[in-house]
Amino acid sequence: MGAPNPAWQPGESGRAGRGGRSGDEPPRRGPGELAAAVLQVLWDTGRALSPAEVQAALVARHGEASRLSYSTVVTILSRLHAKKALVRRRAGRAFRYSPAADEAGLAARRLAAMLDREPDRDAVLSRFVAELSERDEQLLRSLLRDSGPEAS
Amino acid sequence: MHLAVYLPLLLPALLTLLARPLSDRLHPLHATWLLTGAAAVLAASATLALALLAVSAVIRLPAVASLGHISLAELGPDTAYAMPAGLLAGILVTAAAVTGSASLLRCFRGLADSYREARRLPGRSQAVVLDDQIAAAYALPGRPGRIVVTAGMLDALDDTSRAALLAHERAHLARFHHLFTSAARLAAAANPLLRPAARAVEYTVERWADEEAAKAVGDRRLVAHAIGRAALAATPRRPPRRAMPAVLGAVFAGRADAHAAGPIPRRVEALLAPVPPRRLALLTVVLALALLAGVCALEAANDFQDLLALASSY
Repeated sequence: MGAPNPAWQPGESGRAGRGGRSGDEPPRRGPGELAAAVLQVLWDTGRALSPAEVQAALVARHGEASRLSYSTVVTILSRLHAKKALVRRRAGRAFRYSPAADEAGLAARRLAAMLDREPDRDAVLSRFVAELSERDEQLLRSLLRDSGPEAS
Repeated sequence: MHLAVYLPLLLPALLTLLARPLSDRLHPLHATWLLTGAAAVLAASATLALALLAVSAVIRLPAVASLGHISLAELGPDTAYAMPAGLLAGILVTAAAVTGSASLLRCFRGLADSYREARRLPGRSQAVVLDDQIAAAYALPGRPGRIVVTAGMLDALDDTSRAALLAHERAHLARFHHLFTSAARLAAAANPLLRPAARAVEYTVERWADEEAAKAVGDRRLVAHAIGRAALAATPRRPPRRAMPAVLGAVFAGRADAHAAGPIPRRVEALLAPVPPRRLALLTVVLALALLAGVCALEAANDFQDLLALASSY
């Protein structure tokens, strides 16, 4: 994880991977960059934060010019929670959020989101195997069975 | 400008039919180069031919002709269908330009994403193990390119299968397979007739990497088993399926049966069979057809230029 791009503008909400399809957010800045910035804050703090604290930490880090609205921060946090990148517990009226996984776990999710996003992106990411259809699974099992015991 | 301008429009259709058989019959290295090269040449020449048809219709419009000081008499009599054909060609070439540039943009963005992810991955080693129970493995082109393998995938494989997997991903990076798939996708974006060729290239680069992995571990059957194990591990257990309306279920089942095997069983089957021979004759024929399309398009462009020079000198 490098430092998140400080040039992002207020009003954009994080669109980490797909699934963040609700609302009318302009998909200008790289999807997921805001989400990554929020996650970075939570990692670096090392304790559960409320949305307001996340908002303040983002301003402290990226400057007043890039202030996000409270509701944008809440949206990003709840999406990250829905994607199981964050865990949350209720504290009073708001939730407090903390990272669910270590950096490597998040990298895996980020990559998975990247793979899912657009068909053309797959052009640069060669997967060793993809999920099998039911028919392919049967075909594969019979091929492997017929070719005898494993060579190893 | 007759056959010469229409031939480049027809030949992509031929590649549509040939893509799949070629990807099965040729050695994957040859198939990848041939299909990518043919798709690129055919996309370029078909687009050029469409542009020529469109422009030659436009300059026959009296208003345009007088504006460009072009003698309509010298351009010669027009065929009856030239105007509708030119209009259609104009629409198609515009569509090709739009979808082609959108695809080019997506391609660059995808590459930029990949380079950034490759840089951000923890550690310095080429292969990175991510602590995730999902079984997955991919190569990320970058400087340097990285290989991502999840713990779930490593758990599903034994040592030799892991070696095969890593050799496969290294081959993707070392042979710049993403450039082939990107070029083929770009060609397919400009000309939808080339989509089967682009899909075939995606398959042949996997086959190419499989063969490279087989060379590295010295056993093709072992690679076949590694792919099989990995694919089964990457596929979630099925039984608890969402209830699908019976009719829809039947439709999907029917379609699945009608289609030939998917890429993974095909790769495994190819590895269990002997190494594909070098079919130079087949290679030459397809190459010649692609070059023919290119030459025809250039020839048509040349003729058109001559005609235009002649007609505007009056």
